[in-house]
Amino acid sequence: MALFRTSFICLLIVAMASIAQAGTLENVKKDGFLKAGTHIENPGFSALDSNGKRVGFDVDFIRAVAAAVDVSEVKYTPLTSKERLPALQSGEIDLLSRTTTHTMSRDVKLGLDFTVTTLYDGQGMMVRKELGIKDAKELDGATVCLQTGSTTELNISDFFRKNGMSFTPVVFDKQPDVRKAYDTGRCDVHTTDVSGLAAQRSLMEKPEDHIILSEVISKEPLGPVVRHGDNQWSDIVRWTIWLTMAAEEKGVTQANVEEMYAKSKDPEVQRMLGKTGSLWTDLGLDKGAPVRIIKTVGNYGEIFDRNLGPKTPLRMERGLNQQWNKGGLIYAPPFR
Amino acid sequence: MSERLAPQDKVPFWRSPQGRAWMFQLCMVGAFLWLAVSVYRNTLANLETRGISSGFGFLGNEAGFRIGEVTGIPLPQGGLLWFLLSLVTGLVVSQLISRHLKSKSERPMNSTWLSVCLLFSIGLPMLTLYIFRDSVEIAHYTESSSYFMALLTGLGNTLKVTVIGCVASTILGLLVALGRLSPNWLLSNICRWFVELNRNLPVLLQLFFWYFIVLQQLPNVRQSIDLGGWLILNKRGLYLPSLVPQQGAWLFCAAVVIGLAAIWVIRRRARRILDETGVPVKILFPSLAVLIALPALAWLLGGQPFTLDFPALKGFNFKGGTGMTPEFTALVVGLTVYVSAFNAEIIRSGIEAVSKGQREAARALAMNERQVMRIVILPQAMRVIVPPMTSEYLAIAKNSSLAVAIGYPEFVSIGGTILNQSGQAVEIVGIWMGVYLCISLLISFGMNIYNSKVALVER
Repeated sequence: MALFRTSFICLLIVAMASIAQAGTLENVKKDGFLKAGTHIENPGFSALDSNGKRVGFDVDFIRAVAAAVDVSEVKYTPLTSKERLPALQSGEIDLLSRTTTHTMSRDVKLGLDFTVTTLYDGQGMMVRKELGIKDAKELDGATVCLQTGSTTELNISDFFRKNGMSFTPVVFDKQPDVRKAYDTGRCDVHTTDVSGLAAQRSLMEKPEDHIILSEVISKEPLGPVVRHGDNQWSDIVRWTIWLTMAAEEKGVTQANVEEMYAKSKDPEVQRMLGKTGSLWTDLGLDKGAPVRIIKTVGNYGEIFDRNLGPKTPLRMERGLNQQWNKGGLIYAPPFR
Repeated sequence: MSERLAPQDKVPFWRSPQGRAWMFQLCMVGAFLWLAVSVYRNTLANLETRGISSGFGFLGNEAGFRIGEVTGIPLPQGGLLWFLLSLVTGLVVSQLISRHLKSKSERPMNSTWLSVCLLFSIGLPMLTLYIFRDSVEIAHYTESSSYFMALLTGLGNTLKVTVIGCVASTILGLLVALGRLSPNWLLSNICRWFVELNRNLPVLLQLFFWYFIVLQQLPNVRQSIDLGGWLILNKRGLYLPSLVPQQGAWLFCAAVVIGLAAIWVIRRRARRILDETGVPVKILFPSLAVLIALPALAWLLGGQPFTLDFPALKGFNFKGGTGMTPEFTALVVGLTVYVSAFNAEIIRSGIEAVSKGQREAARALAMNERQVMRIVILPQAMRVIVPPMTSEYLAIAKNSSLAVAIGYPEFVSIGGTILNQSGQAVEIVGIWMGVYLCISLLISFGMNIYNSKVALVER
């Protein structure tokens, strides 16, 4: 089945007559919905809530883009990590928001464009507390559960090779199966991005029995991806994300956005929210887009807190994902 | 009718049935070629407009990821190449001799020629193996191997599962089929339920059942079931002591091979005598004698051929020894059980297709039940059994790709990793299709040869 699905997506690449390179915006508006790819199940990032609605950090950026282009509906395609890139290449989806690491080869060779890094992450390792391990260097000979088709596999191999240690990988197609295998004791170590580990830990039988080691073995800048060649579309995705970041910096929130639009004296806030200037119409959107985006998903801080922050089961700290003026890397270019 | 046509009124080419048939065939081939070419060009154009690089050059790049389970791929390196070459030469030469003799006379070859054939097909490879004994290498995948080696390793793992699955599911299927046919009410009904349960549950579900429910019930590493180091069982798998080849290993192996070949010759001879004279020849003791005597001699000459390496708990896991991982076990057990249900039904239908009279006639000849089954029923049932069995073997080969769900690193799983790392989706899917096509064709080919052997020979 996995073979079948990947083959099918691949067949789309082969069979589809070149769909228009430009004009993703027009196509989305014509369809009346946004075709977006995301996780099957990764709590905090993309999962179904108790009402069957898809929610999460990655999902919020999809919803923000949908709000920007003013379509009310999103068609989500749940993808495994090896299906995600072909799905975008083939045109099955127009936006991929699924904790995808920005790497040079993906950017250069695969006909893709990485937009803005929404989460600065790194690969970590989770072990059972009872093993009494404090340092990743003590893991020589361990069995490691991980998911196939991601940078994870290479990073962990590099880490063990670099430190002259050996390990046995057990590789699964889907993240829930990795978790199940680790949770039942098949492996000593569960490895993926630290954020993903937090998400998976929240689903374990006894989350408090597991610790995430402090060693971070790679840089994983994660963010939405679009097809290469449609600059207008990638600009829309970029500036939608930057708007949420700038909104946090300027104190614009989901609750006060309309008030700020009406009353703010800050000229940048006025330009950013489309009250003055023509930034958003130049991008091909309408003047109401920025207010709509913030009303739908809130600012970056709100998105983070709602899905990943200390009050969620993931209990993640902002860390590198703090605003630039508070010691983090979240930095939106000026709206002018 | 035909007299009315004068010779010069020959039906024109395009109106004769053969001519039309040819024309339609040509049109079809042409249309197919056109389709293939346009798909190929369309793909290249699509890839280019999207800025996706294409080609198979990436297969030489370093893979960089680790594979949990590596089947040693005997890559032709050093002396192994010469060994394979001499093996093929030997087999071809003896085949040629046997063909030649057969065309000259009806009688099977005499012992002189037989020994010449054996010399070529066994002696020659053994000689090369002896000459090159220090340079035979079996390539093992490591992180610094190429993507190509990674794929080959995956293929090795797939083939391992396929071969074991085919053999095991046939044996289990036969047992269940015989059980269903048994007059014992309980046995027959247990077998019926086994078949119904397995046929009606999806195979992926069964794999999950074996892997996540059955095998994960085993104890943790530190609470392993341990039989004095000879057998260790835990969640990480089954560990057994492994054989480490020593100096005399090659001689020992050669002796075993020669012993097996000798048994084959003895069996053929016994069979011929039975066919010609009707006197059954007992071959069990001579066979055993050969199989024990030759290796024993080799042991004396070459010294101890193998030492045992016992698994021991070191750090996180047992090190040393050999064994089976839960992924491999779950996959083999799952596929075997699933397919054996189908095989059982095929075998049962084959046996029931043999007319009752045959059984009665065999009993009238004072054969016992075992003989009736082995000599009379099964050979006739084979004709019915073999063709549908082929599809079941193909099903095992193809369903082994479901292993990606339970963490066994087989061909599709490793291909998927490479696909994601290199982004060469079209090429990888092409390789997948090509390789599974080859495996399927090979199985079909082999089974068709077997089928033509067991099929009713009309004289």
